[in-house]
Amino acid sequence: MNILEMRGITKTFPGVKALSNVNLAVARGEVHAICGENGAGKSTLMKVLSGVYPHGSYDGAIVFEGEEVAFKNLRDSEAKGIVIIHQELALSPYLSIAENIFLNNERRNALGLIDWNHTNFEAAKLLERVGLRDNPTTKINQIGVGKQQLVEIAKALSKEVKLLILDEPTAALNDEDSAHLLDLILQLKAQGITSIIISHKLNEIKKIADTVTVIRDGKTIETIAKDDVTEDRIIKDMVGRDLEHRYPDHEPNIGEELLRVEHWTAHHPQDPSRVVVDDVSITVRAGEIVGIAGLMGAGRTEFAMSLFGHSYGSRISGKVFMRGKEIKTRTVSEAIANGLAYATEDRKTYGLNLIEDIKRNISMASLKKLEKAGLVDDNEEYKVANDFRRDMNIKAPNVLAKTGKLSGGNQQKVVLSKWIYSDPDVLILDEPTRGIDVGAKYEIYTIINRLAAQGKGIIVISSELPELLGISDRVYALSEGRITGELPIEQATPESVLKLMTMEKAR
Amino acid sequence: MSNTDLKNDSTAAGGLVNPADNKFTGWLSNVLADLGKNGIFIALIAVVVLFAFLTDGILLRPQNISNLVVQNGYILVLAIGMVMVIIAGHIDLSVGSVAAFIGAVSGVFAVQWGLPWWLAIILSLIIGALVGAWQGFWIAFVGIPAFIVTLAGMLIFRGLALVVLGNANIGSFPTEYRALGNGFLSGIFGEADIDVFTLVIGAIAIVALVVQQLRTRAGRLKYGQEVEPLVWLVAKLVLISAVIAFFAYSLASYKGVPVTLIVLAILVLAYGVVMNRTVFGRHIYAIGGNRHAAELSGIKTRRVDFWLFVNMGFLAALAGLIFTARLNLAGPKAGDGFELEAISAAFIGGAAVQGGVGTIGGAIIGGLIIGVLNNGMSIMGIGIEWQQAVKGLVLLLAVAFDVYNKRRTGN
Repeated sequence: MNILEMRGITKTFPGVKALSNVNLAVARGEVHAICGENGAGKSTLMKVLSGVYPHGSYDGAIVFEGEEVAFKNLRDSEAKGIVIIHQELALSPYLSIAENIFLNNERRNALGLIDWNHTNFEAAKLLERVGLRDNPTTKINQIGVGKQQLVEIAKALSKEVKLLILDEPTAALNDEDSAHLLDLILQLKAQGITSIIISHKLNEIKKIADTVTVIRDGKTIETIAKDDVTEDRIIKDMVGRDLEHRYPDHEPNIGEELLRVEHWTAHHPQDPSRVVVDDVSITVRAGEIVGIAGLMGAGRTEFAMSLFGHSYGSRISGKVFMRGKEIKTRTVSEAIANGLAYATEDRKTYGLNLIEDIKRNISMASLKKLEKAGLVDDNEEYKVANDFRRDMNIKAPNVLAKTGKLSGGNQQKVVLSKWIYSDPDVLILDEPTRGIDVGAKYEIYTIINRLAAQGKGIIVISSELPELLGISDRVYALSEGRITGELPIEQATPESVLKLMTMEKAR
Repeated sequence: MSNTDLKNDSTAAGGLVNPADNKFTGWLSNVLADLGKNGIFIALIAVVVLFAFLTDGILLRPQNISNLVVQNGYILVLAIGMVMVIIAGHIDLSVGSVAAFIGAVSGVFAVQWGLPWWLAIILSLIIGALVGAWQGFWIAFVGIPAFIVTLAGMLIFRGLALVVLGNANIGSFPTEYRALGNGFLSGIFGEADIDVFTLVIGAIAIVALVVQQLRTRAGRLKYGQEVEPLVWLVAKLVLISAVIAFFAYSLASYKGVPVTLIVLAILVLAYGVVMNRTVFGRHIYAIGGNRHAAELSGIKTRRVDFWLFVNMGFLAALAGLIFTARLNLAGPKAGDGFELEAISAAFIGGAAVQGGVGTIGGAIIGGLIIGVLNNGMSIMGIGIEWQQAVKGLVLLLAVAFDVYNKRRTGN
């Protein structure tokens, strides 16, 4: 019998259909895996299920334990025994393990005051169930991410969970912690708890899942029973879509080597024992578009940011060469001066000054160029910005418009303008089309091609594999911080790259 | 799939509605937008008119106009530094104590040691900058929030001021030193009932303003930028020129141009250029608007933070000197509450609590509004207790209006 059935779920955001008639049936007591590329709609589906998107904001029906439910928020779904554990853990770092477990669900005595003995006693029992031996009074920030994940599960158990949803639970864990977590999921299964696990680590899925449902472009592709699951079949389901005409033609005219990075290694900023970027060596030539493929948590952004002025990480080592000459990139201004530019994956947080206008955002990284006798030449700045507005087709009445009011695509064009104006040799573009619509994506690809044609080296980081294969001349695959392979575009098929992306360290 | 991105995109997709749909509403919305931008200036005029009425014109008498400048000079000097600090997303609570400390130190130099007045002033300003460097070090390089560092500074430098004073007041100061707070420039073009020199200065100010505005406009037109309608610019210039003319006439018929005003004018012009036209000033706005983005654009945020506080220390020292000069006395209570008035001035003048927004001119006008409130209520014989309450309310309403305005226009 099915514990959960989601029937014909359709969820639209203004302008985008995120889910389209999705069906999902989860049998009682199984581990059900949901696979799909980044952006396929997995997380949206789980947010519908858990009431983050309330009943009424989507079409379709959710049947849980035989009755149709209409959750208005997370509390409603938790009351029924559905608990979701997100990728980014929702724990309060300065509270103890026990306090976190019973947050908003406090154990109280007859007077309504918190009963700490009872709290810690029950927390200890829950910790035992998840195999964590730490003292319940330990602060969350004193334990590692792997253990924090277990605390999240203990918290779920405290709510008498019937259906546990784990969104990419092992993305941030090391091998040992991952193995432990997967074992725990199987133990919980033995205790009768049903789990939905969202993951794109295929060997993990093969190890624990009873059923696999693949989602692509907001649609259910198929549901596969354990015995029929093969990696190839899942990959084909995840990828198979029309790849034509979405990318402008690009005739590569590749010249000398511009950038060479050797043995680049960076450690986690807070936990220096964890290697996040592991001995990465890459090259980029003039006029070449180099793609870096990798799953979430593979260390792509971390590699780029550590390279760009040591903006991420600790204990960074490795060598960088520009046109054969070794350069230093210890600070951002040094990296810029040596011909690097990095357009961030998160425009709003790291890319733009949203309360400032287009003009000042474009000039932000290159004010020195506009300086005459110690003063910034306002009119020249306006002219430069206006030229970019025209060339990049930034849709705004004028360059005095605040960037916070622009659409995602136009914001991205402002970010690109900023970096093009800084006149780099190599541009690193991190998720250049994230959160922007299809038409604007095409424009961005055209801009990337134009830059390559001008002889710049381009590194594109993207989670969307078709995009990466559609625009790159050569692709590196990154997995768990290491380069697991390098393919010229002729040999790079979605299958071959995905295989490299999901390649794990020998256990 | 990141849904927040989608949502933001969709709201922005329909955004950027051009208000100039037809000619009249376009013109009207321009005027309204401009009123919004100059709202603080209009508020100042409204407050002046209100108190001119309530005090039966005493507020606008020449002597009182002159007093307004001299009594608020040191707050305005502080407001300049404070708004810069606030734009970068910090705060400085120590300026009152630093002003007191520097006043005391300058007393030691100029009175107790008998150093030449100019040397005493220069040394005092250097010490002020060093005090700023001390605080800037903790904020920029150690990473302690400015609120904490300057709260500590507030106690430290108040304490050091008392130590330097040794439980007594220091006075009286050399005449040249005192001119900083009490002096007037006049009579250079001969003595008359009305000071010609002051009128000439006023005329120069008006001409300079008009020339500068027209040149900016011409420059913009040359580069194909949008400019406000000429009629609107002329109307604005006439209004401001009239204010300056009245102001100059008032000063001329009293004692002439206060030295404090000259110092202040130089500071406003210099810092206006710094904030709008120099790389340093641009970096301050960039840091306040989005510190991460500024860092990833190669801006050395720590260095900018450090120099901001050095500058604030320097200006706090200058304010301390002006105040001491005016009282002809360095005392333990000097500078009490200055930080609050300077912070209020910056916020009434349109600075944003989150940083990134604010202007020198706005802070000056904010300071003047506070000054007119102080002065007007004093003339009316309203007690200090009600003055405090009214000023608090004005600050609250000014910021509330700003917040409301931003929400309305979707900024």
